[in-house]
Amino acid sequence: MDFVFLYETFVTLISAIPTTLQLAATSVALGTILALGLALCRLSGIAPLDWFARAYIFVFRGTPLLVQIFLIYYGLSQFRGVRRSMFWFILRDPYWCAIIALMLCTAAYSAEIIRGGLLSVPHGQVEAGRACGMSRFLMFRRIVMPLAVRQSLPAYSNEIISMVKATSLASIITIMEVTGVAAKLISETYRAIEVFIVAGAIYLAINFLLTRIVVLIEYRLSPHLRQAPSLQPVAAGEMR
Amino acid sequence: MTQPSFLDLIGSGPDGWGPALAAAAMMTILIALAGYAIGMVFGALGAWAKIAGGPIARSVAGTYTTVLRGIPDLLVIYLFYFGGSTVISAIGHLFGASGFISFPGFIAGALAVGVTSGAQQTEVFRGAYKAVHAGELEAAVACGMPPFLRFRRIIAPLTLRYALPGMGNVWQIVLKESALVSITGVVELLRQSQIGAGSTGRPFDFYFIAAMIYLAISTLSGALLQFGEKWFTRGVRRG
Repeated sequence: MDFVFLYETFVTLISAIPTTLQLAATSVALGTILALGLALCRLSGIAPLDWFARAYIFVFRGTPLLVQIFLIYYGLSQFRGVRRSMFWFILRDPYWCAIIALMLCTAAYSAEIIRGGLLSVPHGQVEAGRACGMSRFLMFRRIVMPLAVRQSLPAYSNEIISMVKATSLASIITIMEVTGVAAKLISETYRAIEVFIVAGAIYLAINFLLTRIVVLIEYRLSPHLRQAPSLQPVAAGEMR
Repeated sequence: MTQPSFLDLIGSGPDGWGPALAAAAMMTILIALAGYAIGMVFGALGAWAKIAGGPIARSVAGTYTTVLRGIPDLLVIYLFYFGGSTVISAIGHLFGASGFISFPGFIAGALAVGVTSGAQQTEVFRGAYKAVHAGELEAAVACGMPPFLRFRRIIAPLTLRYALPGMGNVWQIVLKESALVSITGVVELLRQSQIGAGSTGRPFDFYFIAAMIYLAISTLSGALLQFGEKWFTRGVRRG
């Protein structure tokens, strides 16, 4: 095995890691806000909002992400109205198109995770909050949200990891993140296997670190599972 | 020249891309089915290694599932497509051929999709096997069934029953992943839409219809899977 080549590939690919992380972080952050809105629509009990959220989730989970990216990046430019609108400077930029597509897609998946988390909050806790005279917003902020976050964190970490993997699709619309640079290296050197090993190792390292971070947050968020010395202690990782 | 309407575009008239899109949709289904079948084989082997294998088989299967679930599918497709070409070119050189021999995109795509979905399938099968009651397996041993008969009559049917929902999820993932195979030049749904978009200058219409066809395929197969689930669990008491 040619270690010099592996090292050079590694150095080249490292420069692309920030782009991958930026894409993932921006789209997950924006997607989470959208997902929270969608989950609240689903739970609002107002039929039009509920049906809108259902349709949104159905469409975005039922179609390939690559098709969504193409629809936004290539598709929207078909309309003269879009090309002349004030949003064109965003919609002609592949970077922002990738972020918009990733955000819209992750929102559909996360909305269901958040909905599950919100539904899992025990009734007794909500009633206790109401009995204390909390307003709806205060109760949501102090009681429902923290409990829901703790409950949905394991599923959420899977979603974040699949988003990191999904950022690779941005390379198809010319963004030079890790997979994009790797594809360029492969077509320049015809050494697919070596480049694959290095790029794969980078993604594995990113995802490994992410899972560790989420496990740490989960551990911090669930002190009630640790403080009972008489019970069998439950490790944070075994909660899922 | 007047612009053809959206319906002309997807119909079978002179401006119509309907037949081409239908053929491409069949290709998408074909890739997904081939990838899914390969994934089933890998999943079964992986689950077998994780459940009954020795320490070496277990660690190989563990590495396989960790690695393939941790790296992007696109990268795996690049590996099989370009790596496959490198390998068969090298083999070609041994037999006196010269130059670059390209690896068929369909095989590369199906293998890549199969290997990645196999990692998910491994976990599905392993979880399903764990859900089978130990008592039923013991009962089979007590009846004096030899291992193969036990596998055929008891383990496989019960494991598959528990695995069905997870297998359905994997199918939906495989179907969507098959869109990535378009980068190898195989004319499946997304590639055909790219061709159509390029030659008519109507990208939105083509990607929109592609999205709708994907949605239709996944909805239909989802309904089929749900029916299958009902059918295979008809003997199970609920509640």
